[in-house]
Amino acid sequence: MASATQIDHLELLLGQDSSSSFPEMASSAREQALAAGLPAVKEEEYKFTAIQRKIEKSISDFGRAKVLELTPEQVAAALPEGFDGDYIVFNNGIPELNLSSFGQEGYTATLLSGSRPEKLGKVAKNEKDVFTAINTASFIDGLHIEVAKNQQIEKPIHFLFFNQSNSGQVINSRILIEVEANAEISFLENTVSVNDESYFLNQVTEVIAAPNSKSSYSRLQNESNQAITVNNFETDIHRDAVFTSNVISLGGDMVRNNLTLNLLDSGCEGNMYGLYLLNGKTHVDNHTNVDHTKPHAESNELYKGILADSSRGVFNGKIFVRQDAQKTNAFQQNNNILLSEDATINTKPQLEIWADDVKCSHGCTTGQLDEEALFYLQARGLGKDQAKGLMLYAFAGEVLEHIPDEAFRNHADALVKERLGTKI
Amino acid sequence: MSKDNQILEEFTSKEYEHGWSVNYEADEAPIGLNEDIIKWISAKKEEPQWLLDWRLKAFRHWQEMTEPEWANVTYPKIDLQALRYYSAPKQAKKPKSLDEIDPELLQIYERLGISLNEQKRLQGIAVDAVLDSVSVGTTFKETLSKLGIIFCSFSEAVQEHPELVKKYLGSVVPMTDNYYAALNSAVFSDGSFCYIPSGVRCPMELSTYFRINAANTGQFERTLIVAEDDSYVSYLEGCTAPQRDENQLHAAVVEIYAAKNAEVKYSTVQNWFPGDKEGKGGIYNFVTKRGICAGDNSKISWTQVETGSAVTWKYPSCILKGDNSVGEFYSVAVTNNYQQADTGTKMIHIGKNTKSRIVSKGISAGKSQNSYRGQVQVMKRATNARNFSQCDSLLMGDKCGAHTFPYIDIQNSTAMVEHEATTSKIGEDQLFYCNQRGISTEDAVALIVNGYAKEVLNQLPMEFAVEAQKLLALTLEGSVG
Repeated sequence: MASATQIDHLELLLGQDSSSSFPEMASSAREQALAAGLPAVKEEEYKFTAIQRKIEKSISDFGRAKVLELTPEQVAAALPEGFDGDYIVFNNGIPELNLSSFGQEGYTATLLSGSRPEKLGKVAKNEKDVFTAINTASFIDGLHIEVAKNQQIEKPIHFLFFNQSNSGQVINSRILIEVEANAEISFLENTVSVNDESYFLNQVTEVIAAPNSKSSYSRLQNESNQAITVNNFETDIHRDAVFTSNVISLGGDMVRNNLTLNLLDSGCEGNMYGLYLLNGKTHVDNHTNVDHTKPHAESNELYKGILADSSRGVFNGKIFVRQDAQKTNAFQQNNNILLSEDATINTKPQLEIWADDVKCSHGCTTGQLDEEALFYLQARGLGKDQAKGLMLYAFAGEVLEHIPDEAFRNHADALVKERLGTKI
Repeated sequence: MSKDNQILEEFTSKEYEHGWSVNYEADEAPIGLNEDIIKWISAKKEEPQWLLDWRLKAFRHWQEMTEPEWANVTYPKIDLQALRYYSAPKQAKKPKSLDEIDPELLQIYERLGISLNEQKRLQGIAVDAVLDSVSVGTTFKETLSKLGIIFCSFSEAVQEHPELVKKYLGSVVPMTDNYYAALNSAVFSDGSFCYIPSGVRCPMELSTYFRINAANTGQFERTLIVAEDDSYVSYLEGCTAPQRDENQLHAAVVEIYAAKNAEVKYSTVQNWFPGDKEGKGGIYNFVTKRGICAGDNSKISWTQVETGSAVTWKYPSCILKGDNSVGEFYSVAVTNNYQQADTGTKMIHIGKNTKSRIVSKGISAGKSQNSYRGQVQVMKRATNARNFSQCDSLLMGDKCGAHTFPYIDIQNSTAMVEHEATTSKIGEDQLFYCNQRGISTEDAVALIVNGYAKEVLNQLPMEFAVEAQKLLALTLEGSVG
């Protein structure tokens, strides 16, 4: 049961005015959210992430963040160098199509309020995470992307989030992506904190990958260290489709990523790659969930973390293999390096298997850099810091290499290098 | 029908070997649980006041606790008020030596293959046998006492060595630790107590054998092992129960205290009645086992072979407090039919240069669910802590489940922690290879499973290893078709 103070904060989060484009959906989601309450640390899913306390402490003015002034110059500056593709601007969570650029054909990008898609809310369900319910109850408008059948979209679509609030406001963003059969596309996402004020970003992204489609979504989280982010990302993967997720977390106050891949049919493949490079007091929690429901599907997961200062990393990777899902191959790996005495890592690689003819494995390591490798580099004339930086960069590189777009990858790469250069 | 098939048939229909029960006169507490019952038990055992106070404190604390629900097991709620908390075989007076023990009681143990008399002479293992709630006899007492080793029933220890019991009781598993540990602290009836003085290496294996006989009783025993500086002991525990339709509760507490340079090896072969093929009956095994490596360079090693019980809920743990201390956990957990096991370990690294090793092998067959749940925690001051965990699961049949829930919490940058887990089934090529060489599928499975579990079985003392191997084969009979 939600306690009285919890409800107060929840109601503030949900907001009083109902300007949602989907009032019916919003009001039922509101009830669901109120019934569930904000997750306490007693709950297994939020055991290491005291998000409730964080929200109560950091968010003073619970109003919805207003749409702010954005200039085309600001947008251009936020794009990675040498970027070639389409981009869509989100102004405090709400898509601003007139600032966006659409050069390619084969897909449509519309406001949710315009297209009113049937499948909205069918992938990421309100009952799964209370923040999804809060989002459904209070988002004003969102983005709907439809990639037409057999279309191979050559260049990536870049989502640019500009977030700005005046002392602790709530930003909701909602995206629904439908990739039709045999289509191919890749998405990029970057978040820009315009100022250093605290805010609460509540993102819900739903992806439907139709049979034989191929899609990827790469996300760069590099927000100000006042930002609290909860990201609920869920993908339904259908027969023979391939979906890849890349999540690079570099900053924020508290970040919680719930990533779920539902492998709904035979032959599908889900990949999840993640890197968290943390310093200061940043707290990043990655909860991933792969659900194998049918035979002959495959999933790969690799999450790596480097933690400095008094940062904290949480990794919880769940792999479910249902009884029908024979011949499943599921692989999961989580590696962590702690660089300081005050850094903490809580990891829980979890396997739940109900089918017998499967190959599932997970591995998890936590440690420091290999002394011998360090010595090898030093023996060849590298300074200790340089050698360390090189090794950490190689460690991180294994994740970065999965980002499909070169410009975006270079951008992320440069950020990572910069971090490691200052010994994070 | 060929001879082979006949043997196979016999084997598969062979359910639970130790399913018999014996009618003996018992001294029983009334059914139910309240402060009066606790006072009754305490009075019956002529306990000192401090122990009664301790029990009552635990009971009052327990009343405020709720049953844990986080484990990956499902079972109907246990009505703790419908249980009998004390049942003792009636003996005219306390036996002074084995010769005075009621022959009928000795027979029970002989049927189990543990002849208290014979063992006295032959095997060189000291046994403390616990029937229902109380210890019926301890062998080799004199030989051990010459070395200063105390090995006796818990009640005897309370009478004869109250200062030791008082010092160590609840020091590793506090009475407020968890729901079942608190319950045990309130109502525990007997158990074993073992004290190894400084510098003594225990010359023989010490062993406790637990047997639940009476119906509607819960068994709540408590084992306390204290190893002083530079000492060594290897301790074995075995258990069986009669086949009954209703579920019975077994909520034990085991505490191990290892001082400087001490080493304690604790091995369990758990074979409580697992319930029948339809999942009816069986023991609920909710056990709290924990050891503390209090002194530097101490070592605690847990080895367990879990084949029985309808529901198992057990996490033998090590608190590595002393510098350079070592904790080990080797486990084979086999579940068949409707058994559920949620078992694993906790390794808590506090001291410097502490090491732990976890090897867990789960085997699930039939409609059973087998979970590994473990935690490796490296505290802030535990520099150079090292952990290696491996948990493998083997699945037989498509209706069973294997789950892993490893928690790894690290607060020190010098820690090296590795965890790996795999899940697979027995390879068809492996079976084919055996078949080709004239080994039947059934035997091949036993062979492969034994090979799979070897890393753990090797840790067991010889006598137990043989028993464990047989148990493994037996538990899995008929699980491959």
